Amino acid sequence: MAKQSTAKQERKQDQSVETRAVSTKQKSAAPNLDRLIHERLRLGIISALAANESLTFSDLKSLMNTTDGNLSVHARKLEEAGYISCSKYFEGRLPKTEYKLTAAGRSALENYLSHMESLIKQMRNM
Amino acid sequence: MEPVRFVSDRAMDNLRYIRETMERATPFTGISGRGEMTIGATALIATVIAARQPSFKMWVYTWLAEGLFSTLIAGWSMDRKARATHTPLFSGSGRKALFSLAPSIIAGGLLTLVLTRAGQTTTIPGMWLLLYGTGVITGGMFSVRAVPAMGLCFMALGALALFSPAAWTNWFMAVGFGGLHLLFGAIIVRKYGG
Repeated sequence: MAKQSTAKQERKQDQSVETRAVSTKQKSAAPNLDRLIHERLRLGIISALAANESLTFSDLKSLMNTTDGNLSVHARKLEEAGYISCSKYFEGRLPKTEYKLTAAGRSALENYLSHMESLIKQMRNM
Repeated sequence: MEPVRFVSDRAMDNLRYIRETMERATPFTGISGRGEMTIGATALIATVIAARQPSFKMWVYTWLAEGLFSTLIAGWSMDRKARATHTPLFSGSGRKALFSLAPSIIAGGLLTLVLTRAGQTTTIPGMWLLLYGTGVITGGMFSVRAVPAMGLCFMALGALALFSPAAWTNWFMAVGFGGLHLLFGAIIVRKYGG
């Protein structure tokens, strides 16, 4: 029993050292991670807009499969950060909200993509 | 090494999510409009050839040959479009479209055998149009609007053919496999490119 518990303790110590080593590497790999677009829905909005010139609120809502409230909260955060631009207009009698990806938003997505790729590369080399 | 795999998996998952979201949001179809138009043209030729056949058996063989030829045209044209747009031919949406279309094509083949044996040959053209339409609709759910719209037109035409005189069969085949492919192929070329 004593031998077993010693072996367990050793294994635990090994694991914690490993975890610490990994977290140090993680920190070095993720110093500039853009937390604003790291959130799933916001990342989805940015990605969808990167593939289109513009999308309306209802387009994004059906693409993201989310509620009005949730979408508008996250879209506003992106708008405040200057990643997307929003314009409102009337189509007949219906009010429309249209979103576009700004240059800052596009470069934020590009940075995020290269960040993820470098993270994967670093983890593979470990 | 679990945390390493976790971080790597999360990063891969994020990249996959970005790619899938962009794919869903893009008004792009892997289906080649020019390919559809070529299929429409060959279907019109097949209609003329099939109408001149002395027996129903030969009529079916003509259309089976056209079906095989069309499959080759569709595959070749989709491959060309995929290469031109640097997208994998069997990407997420392409694969989903193929798996959605295949069951109705298989069902159509089996029903053709059964109906021929039962001597109910007059229902075969309507059934082909109807089943092809259902396959195109389900496959087109992952594509641009023109694709499911074409499927809907095929279904409507098939339903009409099922309740129409047998003498109109060749007209339905010409309008369906010829006309609809030409029309929607042109729409795809004009609105979605290629």
